[in-house]
Amino acid sequence: MEHAAQLVDPFIFRLSIFVLAVFVGYFVVWSVTPALHTPLMSVTNAISSVIVVGALLAVGVGMVSSGSGWARGFGFVALIFACVNIFGGFLVTQRMLAMYKKKSK
Amino acid sequence: MSANLSAFLYLVAGVLFILSLRGLSSPASSRQGNLFGMIGMGIAVATTLASHPPADGVAWLLVILAVAIGGGIGAVIARRVPMTSMPELVAAFHSLVGMAAVLVAAGAFYAPEAFDIGTPGNIHPQSLVEMSLGVAIGALTFTGSVIAFLKLSARMSGAPIILPFRHIINIALAAALVFFIVGLVLSGSAFDFWMIVILALALGVLMIIPIGGADMPVVISMLNSYSGWAAAGIGFTLGNSALIITGALVGSSGAILSYIMCHAMNRSFISVILGGFGGETAAAGGGTGEQKPAKLGSADDAAFIMKNASKVIIVPGYGMAVAQAQHALREMADILKKEGVEVKYAIHPVAGRMPGHMNVLLAEANVPYDEVFELEDINSEFAQADIAFVIGANDVTNPAAEEDKTSPIYGMPVLQVWKAGTVMFIKRSLASGYAGIDNPLFYRDNTMMLLGDAKKVTENIVKAM
Repeated sequence: MEHAAQLVDPFIFRLSIFVLAVFVGYFVVWSVTPALHTPLMSVTNAISSVIVVGALLAVGVGMVSSGSGWARGFGFVALIFACVNIFGGFLVTQRMLAMYKKKSK
Repeated sequence: MSANLSAFLYLVAGVLFILSLRGLSSPASSRQGNLFGMIGMGIAVATTLASHPPADGVAWLLVILAVAIGGGIGAVIARRVPMTSMPELVAAFHSLVGMAAVLVAAGAFYAPEAFDIGTPGNIHPQSLVEMSLGVAIGALTFTGSVIAFLKLSARMSGAPIILPFRHIINIALAAALVFFIVGLVLSGSAFDFWMIVILALALGVLMIIPIGGADMPVVISMLNSYSGWAAAGIGFTLGNSALIITGALVGSSGAILSYIMCHAMNRSFISVILGGFGGETAAAGGGTGEQKPAKLGSADDAAFIMKNASKVIIVPGYGMAVAQAQHALREMADILKKEGVEVKYAIHPVAGRMPGHMNVLLAEANVPYDEVFELEDINSEFAQADIAFVIGANDVTNPAAEEDKTSPIYGMPVLQVWKAGTVMFIKRSLASGYAGIDNPLFYRDNTMMLLGDAKKVTENIVKAM
């Protein structure tokens, strides 16, 4: 999938992204108002289901070897779980956020 | 679709996820943030389907079927779940992320060519390291979250379960886990892979069962963090930047929330993990020493005093949510505001069962969020308040945390309600709170106890007004 420079292992690129994202996460999350910590948890739940991309790869494999059937099976279940989380997570967050209202004048 | 284009689109998805968290810095921008998250997810899914389309018709069918089943279940749950049950819902969702990580890794293990990490039985050692970390953390998150779910939904006792030699058992399990991870990397055998899964599943159970109900806000944040690290591990295996970025974001988010919760309870993270807290409730509840006189009041008294006050600070706790008193409470606040009384709400970080839980419950009862204040922002105002109205909270108002060095909660930041002119305390009885600690506030001269169910008492006050 990735054809990075020949001199540097692609792992190093991924590690760089990871380390920088940890720092971004650190600063962004501290700026989240405590009143929204519950929606924060439900939305982080929803976005961590981006693992769905792995599930899609597994369920979509061509039937080339004996392992392919297993991969499809695992991918299918993983896809169901991830979709419960994506739909459930984003929708429940939306439902919660819709309740936060300002003082009516 | 070229590999470069898809890698770029994954990056766009990752940035949208960052913006979705950024949106939560204020309620006004939060809804837009959630929308960014959804768009990011859409881009990630579409990119995967375009760059690695399912191989044949059957695969497409499976994809559509899984999305329909999973999406349908998720949508129904999101619509139906009551706000009081958010903690167990979030725990259940964490377990799904953990299990999905394990299953995706299993899929990659059996069909490595589809993930560009080698051929069956011949996977790159580096990918095996990343995969085994993702699998181990994912499996641990799964069982840990299932136990947390059972405890939070009261399907299992919140009391800590302490096994003999549990530390030794845990260390042995962890050592065995490392052994099989090394084995997997060296041999690439399926046996090693599944041993990692089984050991990590067992470790997840053993890690969470000794942790008591009072520490659940920390546990749920910690599992949030783990689910993120598991996703990041799988992201490394797949070389997918959206997954790596998201895993890092979620991992640090959960870690920060755990820190905030620990700080609010004045507990070290290590002592929470070691467990055992929150089990002494039953033992301490009965023998609270000599009987001291507490001043009891009626709903009529409370209504009269509050109507003549100029500033009332309401301190809600989880007991209010259990009694479903938030709507009656808001009604009371509305009447007071009409009478020209200034009403504010004060929330302790651990007032609910998860970070920010009480804010959601008040928002659901149509309490405007700009009347709700956090501990640091409102503590200085109690001295100017005529009345502190404590409903369903106890330990978070206990002056012993500041005054009594022998108290188990000494050092915990508390709401200084005792500085208000009068403290009104709605409680079922004079029994001690969740942590099993007597609250000396009940027996002070300026405290008025309103014994009874939080909802009934509040409704009676509303009637008396």
